[in-house]
Amino acid sequence: MSRIITLRDALREAMTEEMRKDANIFLMGEEVAQYDGAYKVSKGMLDEFGPNRVIDTPIAELGFAGIGVGAAMNGLRPIVEFMTWNFAVLAFDQIVNNAAKTVSQSGGEFRCPIVFRGPSGSAGQLAQQHSQTFESWLGNCPGLKVISCVDPYDSKGLLKSAIIDDDPVCFMESEVCYGDKGDVPEGEYYIPIGKAAVKREGSDITLVSYNKMMKVAQHAADELAKEGISAEVIDLRTIRPLDYQTLVNSVKKTNRMVVIDESWPMYGVSAEIAYEMQKYAFDYLDAPILRVNSMDTSLPYSAPYVDAYLPSVHRVVAAAKQVLYVH
Amino acid sequence: MAEISTLEAKSKSAKQGKYSKETYLGWYETMLRIRRFEERTLLAYSQQKIRGFCHVYIGQEAIAAGMASALTPQDGVVTGYRQHGIAITRGISSRSAMAELFGKVTGCVKGKGGSMHFFSAEHKFFGGNGIVGAQIPIGTGIAFAEKYKGTTNLCVTMFGDGAARQGALFEAFNMAMTWKIPVLYIVENNKYAMGTSVERTSNVHQLSKIGLAFDMPSESVDGMSPETVHEAIERAAKHIRAGNGPYFLEINTYRYKGHSVSDPGKYRSKEELENYQDQDPVKMTEKKILTNKIATEAEIEAIKAKIEAEMDDAVQFAEESPLPTADLLFEANYVQEDYPFMMD
Repeated sequence: MSRIITLRDALREAMTEEMRKDANIFLMGEEVAQYDGAYKVSKGMLDEFGPNRVIDTPIAELGFAGIGVGAAMNGLRPIVEFMTWNFAVLAFDQIVNNAAKTVSQSGGEFRCPIVFRGPSGSAGQLAQQHSQTFESWLGNCPGLKVISCVDPYDSKGLLKSAIIDDDPVCFMESEVCYGDKGDVPEGEYYIPIGKAAVKREGSDITLVSYNKMMKVAQHAADELAKEGISAEVIDLRTIRPLDYQTLVNSVKKTNRMVVIDESWPMYGVSAEIAYEMQKYAFDYLDAPILRVNSMDTSLPYSAPYVDAYLPSVHRVVAAAKQVLYVH
Repeated sequence: MAEISTLEAKSKSAKQGKYSKETYLGWYETMLRIRRFEERTLLAYSQQKIRGFCHVYIGQEAIAAGMASALTPQDGVVTGYRQHGIAITRGISSRSAMAELFGKVTGCVKGKGGSMHFFSAEHKFFGGNGIVGAQIPIGTGIAFAEKYKGTTNLCVTMFGDGAARQGALFEAFNMAMTWKIPVLYIVENNKYAMGTSVERTSNVHQLSKIGLAFDMPSESVDGMSPETVHEAIERAAKHIRAGNGPYFLEINTYRYKGHSVSDPGKYRSKEELENYQDQDPVKMTEKKILTNKIATEAEIEAIKAKIEAEMDDAVQFAEESPLPTADLLFEANYVQEDYPFMMD
């Protein structure tokens, strides 16, 4: 039996199911307990698990991320919620210098099974400091695993995998998608970390994206279909490790690719994908891979700026036609 | 309720030698082991057998010794990068420590950590942290896990006077007090953050006062004597194990060598260094043992011979051990054994 539930409900089910099975799992972060979560993802969890396992923190990202790392090194499995990944920048020392390095610098003596989670990316007119993506930043760092997804089914299965994973996982959601609904089966299931998903089969071009830009990719595919162009749409779901094999398989079929990536263009996810494709599918490509990113600027407040900054259906369709040499 | 008590002078009880012969000899042996280990480290560094950043513990040995006698093996310890002495005292062998410095695969973390990163799960030694002050929240988290699991263990979270100025301290102290976490914070105040004196980094020179802002019980203690260190840690541990939450000790000490092996120490006077060398914990403890006839000269000589032999053996072991092979680069990055590294 499948149900239609929201992304926030799917994420909560993932945490709740795992916490019922393992007393070493706990949730900590700003407003996660009494307030039910800044975006209500943890609604009701305080009632079920009590204040020892659902813990409100002061506004101290570096401090509570570090407490999470220490707790993970000493046998617990923390889920650390950031109100947004923008605030997690304050905790990057603990994520990058400690969580990611624990296994290596201890020669395997210690591990750090921790999940850092929260929304990433733009969410309306929130201006420069509240609108950034961090997939490319953290995807660069060995020792971490990075997941970024918004589909409720995928998000539940991947968060459950992240929580039981023995390595540190950065899990990126989307503020504007918490109320989005999707089919989620009854009962438990896991989706493996590091596997992309073909969300729509097609034959003329491959559109690759992740997180809420998947919506833009899907809408662009709808628009292209109206013009008789069949687009395959792939959701990366995991940023690190990168499932480039699924992308290679698709390009072998379509011979063309556009990457839709909310990150800034330079040194990011889109560049990495383009590299992998020229390396492993060079002979199958009939056109250069194009990418549609956020603009190479900070994101200002006013609505026209937001529209001009973010990848749009229009820009994706134009890029797709360019690689298809359709004008 | 917070209080500051300054115990700069050695306590009366310690002067009388109130501890057992075994305790005094244990302290002496621990301190001598660290001293000789670090001297061998400096020698090997000068011979380019040890590379990288390397910070020795010479001058601060009484802290490790006093701590060893006041903790249980189940207590966790985490510290910064001046860590050889603490690591050895918590149970990492001189052999595996020296081999680690030599970058050998037989090192305590297989040559992956070097001078700044020793770890041992068996001995609950959590490192060996290279980012100044980052271990303060981590140690708080290690202690958080002990409370979560319902043990009476604590975690000693050590850092230097430089780290006492990091923001991470203030966040961690605050949460530790709010949540009554069983953590013992120890700032080893050796007077200099690299080349910058405590006086130049803040208007607050008595570091134990930092605890006052959080109502944390805080003391400044003499760190040149294992007795005073032992007593302070015992007092703090009793408070923590009773479920009262954290405790903060400023242990005043001095490093006789530079910040790292490359530091000539031009920022401090010869007189200042000599003043602290007059209080050398190894010499003072040896003198105390002999003057008070706690043990005989022959017994002291036997300890010296034992430590020399241990160091000869450790250096030989490190010399003769194999270097890691390149394929081990991909081991121990992830717990996941088949993690698909990007190979091009």
